[in-house]
Amino acid sequence: MPLFAMQPILRRIVRHVAQLHPELFERLGDSCSKQFLIDAKGMPFLLLLRPDPENLMLVAKSRHAEIPYDVLVSGKFVTLLRMIDSKTDSDALFFNRDIAVTGDTEAIVALRNALDDMDATLADDVATAFGPLRGPVRASIDAANKIVGSKT
Amino acid sequence: MSEFIKPELVCPAGTPASLRTAVDAGADSVYCGFKGPTNARNFPGLNFTKAELSESVKYAHDKDAMVLAAINSFPTAGRTDIWKKSVDDAVELGIDAVIIADIGMAKYVAETHPDQRLHLSVQAGASSPEAINFYVERFNVKRVVLPRILTVPEIKRVHDAIDCEIEAFVFGNIGMMAEGRCSLTNYVTGISTNMDGVCSPASHVDYEPDEEDGLTTRLGDFAIDCISCGETAGYPTICKGRYDTAHKKNYYAFEEPISLNLTRLLPDLMRAGVTALKIEGRQRSRAYIRSVVSAFRDAVDAYAAGDEPDITELIALTEGHKETQGAFKSKSWR
Ligand code: SF4
Repeated sequence: MPLFAMQPILRRIVRHVAQLHPELFERLGDSCSKQFLIDAKGMPFLLLLRPDPENLMLVAKSRHAEIPYDVLVSGKFVTLLRMIDSKTDSDALFFNRDIAVTGDTEAIVALRNALDDMDATLADDVATAFGPLRGPVRASIDAANKIVGSKT
Repeated sequence: MSEFIKPELVCPAGTPASLRTAVDAGADSVYCGFKGPTNARNFPGLNFTKAELSESVKYAHDKDAMVLAAINSFPTAGRTDIWKKSVDDAVELGIDAVIIADIGMAKYVAETHPDQRLHLSVQAGASSPEAINFYVERFNVKRVVLPRILTVPEIKRVHDAIDCEIEAFVFGNIGMMAEGRCSLTNYVTGISTNMDGVCSPASHVDYEPDEEDGLTTRLGDFAIDCISCGETAGYPTICKGRYDTAHKKNYYAFEEPISLNLTRLLPDLMRAGVTALKIEGRQRSRAYIRSVVSAFRDAVDAYAAGDEPDITELIALTEGHKETQGAFKSKSWR
């Protein structure tokens, strides 16, 4: 899928999650204005997130572009997804070097803790953002999780 | 019939979701703290507002679990009001015990809220019967959380000589300092573990990757470790860094990244008279809390029933995938 076609989908996801979990921004504090660059290994693009309720942004960026960021988080896509959904412990992933973090450590610690306080899984939230398509979306995320879950 | 009285399993929570996870996984009690400098895990995005703690206490009480409020850093002159307010709020919310380190705050709780159950934090560093009994006699402390510097036979001797319950750490991060007395972070960052509630503040930590997939960890102006490709990492604390010294290069001058794991010593601790077993890790994720609390729930129940628990899974959650029994087993540990 070309990048321009992804942007409205990502916008929809991030707005939906923000609407469902306003408490997330309180936990983030000042770190909500930071730019988080997410490098999910194996994906053809990078994601840039600014979790600012006043100025929310989640966009796909080309891997070849120069992108200014405050924090860079990298790891396999499904490892990152499982971490966000609290299926695996992020500290253990870090000790094991399955994820890497550079840049503003305070911001990434705040984001990790804010996401960890969410009871619902991001997979659920992403799926519900797609309305009638929620079934197939959820099934694809579960399938990806299962593949990795069976390997870990 | 078991030879033990089943101990209380005391579990950590840094967020309301973690607290619910701990309760659902079998915690008898959960300890947590308010946002800000009043507790010793003052990390960004962590801890509770008064409203969150209120809901959490209700959740725990509905499920017959207790909530303990850690207000266990040391107020500096002119700032005691913040700590007093935290104590007042916790009492108002019907907290089951307040965990205090500072002697002034212990006095405040004893005088202002005489009916409030009071625990002495590990941060108070009280390890002798004389010190512990002082707190018991003067402030009506009901439980002491022992510093991680005593062997099990020493814990037994302390138990026999004091008039309060003992809570002992059994799993999680461990520092080599007698608790409440470490100034390493303060020296490097100007922010105090004991007074600001945070060791290695995230705002001063930097991870710098290199071309060969290595990683340099910095705290303030100091490089505290260089991890090469394929090596496991640890927490960015000075005590667990690797340094070049006059006689040795690139080695753990203080201690190795390692986690305390006393699963095998649980029966000995129970026999020594330990009332409560504490799991460290308010800064850890819900996934960690779920795994560790369930594993310890099973282990404690199995030992209490006279069975041998399966404890193999816990090692995967330890720092650097290494575990120690620390000073509980032998004083030769470093
Ligand atoms: S530097 Fe180590 S011993 Fe000192 S407070 Fe931090 S973790 Fe504890």
